[in-house]
Amino acid sequence: MKHSSFAGSAPDLARRSLLKGVGLGAVALAGVPFLAACGGSGGSTDSKSLTFGSGSSDDVPKRAYEAVMAAFKTKSGDSVTANVVPHNDFQNKINNYLQGSPDDAFTWFAGYRMQYYAQKGLLAPVDDVWEKIGGNFSDALKKASTGADGKKYLVPNYNYPWGFFYRKSLWEQKGYTAPKTFDELKTLCAKMQKDGLIPIGFADKDGWPAMGTFDYLNMRLNGFQFHQDLCAHKESWDQKKVSDVFDTWKALLPYQDPAALGQTWQDAAKALEAKKTGMYLLGSFVTQQFTDPKVLADIEFLPFPEVAMEGQEAVEAPIDGLLLSKKGGQNQAARDFVEFIGTPEGQNAYYKVDTSNLPTAKGADISGFTPLSKKLSETIASAKNISQFFDRDALPAMASNVMIPALQSFIKDGSVDVKNLESQAKALYAAQ
Amino acid sequence: MPVEASKAPPTKRKPRKLKRLSRRDVLVLSLMVGIPTLVELLLVWGPTLLSIALSFTRWNGLDLSDLKPAGVENYQFIAQDYPPFWPAVGHNLLWLLFLGVIGTPLGLLLAVLLDQKIKGSRIYQSIFFAPVMLSMALIGIIWQLFYNRDSGLLNFLLGTAGTPQAIDWFGDSNVNIWAAMVAATWRHAGYVMILYLAGLKGVDGTLREAAALDGANARQTFFRVVFPAMRPVNIIIVVITIIESLRAFDVVWVINQGKNGLELLSALVIQNLVGEGQVIGVGSALAVILLVISLVPIVWYLVRTFRKENNA
Repeated sequence: MKHSSFAGSAPDLARRSLLKGVGLGAVALAGVPFLAACGGSGGSTDSKSLTFGSGSSDDVPKRAYEAVMAAFKTKSGDSVTANVVPHNDFQNKINNYLQGSPDDAFTWFAGYRMQYYAQKGLLAPVDDVWEKIGGNFSDALKKASTGADGKKYLVPNYNYPWGFFYRKSLWEQKGYTAPKTFDELKTLCAKMQKDGLIPIGFADKDGWPAMGTFDYLNMRLNGFQFHQDLCAHKESWDQKKVSDVFDTWKALLPYQDPAALGQTWQDAAKALEAKKTGMYLLGSFVTQQFTDPKVLADIEFLPFPEVAMEGQEAVEAPIDGLLLSKKGGQNQAARDFVEFIGTPEGQNAYYKVDTSNLPTAKGADISGFTPLSKKLSETIASAKNISQFFDRDALPAMASNVMIPALQSFIKDGSVDVKNLESQAKALYAAQ
Repeated sequence: MPVEASKAPPTKRKPRKLKRLSRRDVLVLSLMVGIPTLVELLLVWGPTLLSIALSFTRWNGLDLSDLKPAGVENYQFIAQDYPPFWPAVGHNLLWLLFLGVIGTPLGLLLAVLLDQKIKGSRIYQSIFFAPVMLSMALIGIIWQLFYNRDSGLLNFLLGTAGTPQAIDWFGDSNVNIWAAMVAATWRHAGYVMILYLAGLKGVDGTLREAAALDGANARQTFFRVVFPAMRPVNIIIVVITIIESLRAFDVVWVINQGKNGLELLSALVIQNLVGEGQVIGVGSALAVILLVISLVPIVWYLVRTFRKENNA
């Protein structure tokens, strides 16, 4: 450990100056947007190359983006230099990244998470690109790609629904049937527990996966609109509707993997593969973990059952795509690249490698769809409302600083203080 | 030159001593003092003062125009509405107690044992000191091998591996702080050991002989004679132990970024200052709180040291 060897002389200062350095850096960097605004608007350059910042660092999506870049190069002759950063790091450093020297194009998400940075002037709008590729996308996707100012900022690449995944063979062997309602779900869980299974696979060491359960219960209990309003803090957390969500969840807690707080979603995927758990609520990216084709063919999907209202109409299906940084907005090659990802051709190149995510463009080649992919894409297509995910629909600080500890302590002892959630939300949203 | 200067009688000739410095000496001296001072101002005091200023504001860290004054709201928020804060204070105290009662004495014990002229004491020294030099990532991996719920050594030894009774050392919030403190002690003890070894070598051998002549046994010799003779080292160790417990960070960060039972002040600072969930005001306020707490042992140490110098 480097700083330990300094500890004899100035032990505490080394680390503290690092922390303060972060603060100082932030102050210094905050000036950058102004500078960029002054020097900008020079019109597009004739660059034949671009840099591409990618948070898709896991093996499968990483190779998929490599395929996209290769296809783009063949088509346009422009070269793409990729900077791949570990997924979580990329997200954690996005603030400094966008204010420092970001790449021209980069991977990001739809929803509040995109609008927030667009509002701060850190992104370049891509309306001209949308004029060319707009026909490829549904209205829901168009809406999700639009910032608060009405301009478009995102070109969607893929999305993936959340729901219960399970092993067909296990269910057939035990004679389980897919539950449509919450009561049926509970009955099924009780049966699975009797059979010696952990009914619902669950992992929350990283803190975010539990948000999926919260989102679904909230939408199914209070409706899609309430969920969106709560995420945007137009609704108070300190009300019965919210505590009802947690009360309903309590009925599921005994069926969820008690080891959740110590394992990652990859660990829980392994347990599903090993038939230790009966089903697992996660996004369809979970299938990336099943490298054995036999297991993959055995995976089936089940939309979250209805609880009180809206049936199963709302689906949680986060959209990932490409954005242009302020600087990248002036690079025609970068515009061409994000346009390419919005075409069937570009999305085919991606989907050929990463089949766990669904292409979003109309006309993308879906002939290679597995029955599972077909079911997933039908679920999204028939949805009346598509939510992103709590950490994409809400203020980032709310998601990571408030919800993660709150959900983890709820998982631990089944209690949650909605009054405190509200007072934290008030303070954090006011700071933005 | 300093040797010469100190030889001069201190009171009367002081002005003349200054005159004796040539212009070149003055230049060298001011560069030697000036550059570190500038660096210190820039890298330590500047950011510290900025942090203190930022702790009284609301800011998302993006645009300077979003910076708003907030008075003491951030501190109020931390004390009243921020659930991880008080557990973090408690955990830091627990950490201090654990290092003070177990980690540091363990290091002293190792040092005393290795100071006996046993065979291969150099090898043992290296083994115990090795953790101090390992990187955070490596430490995380090593302890994962011990603590893993399904395949870890500990559960294997307990015979619980793979069964529902397996202890989830990192995931169970009742035990993970203890698991983390054991891992921290593993490093801390090696560090303390090296310092005490140096201290023990510095103790005058005649003291022991005199104690032996007076009929003291080994234990009495150590506790009544050798240990008190290591006073300067002891003070450093106390300060280091306090500081180590305040800056405890890496082990818990590797485990789960300081969540779910592993809240520590330093981890909260990072959670609030770095990343998507950036809330600069709250993060800075937490950093200031940590700063104020760390100042107590540092000031105590400095006051002691300087007082002694004055007396000498």
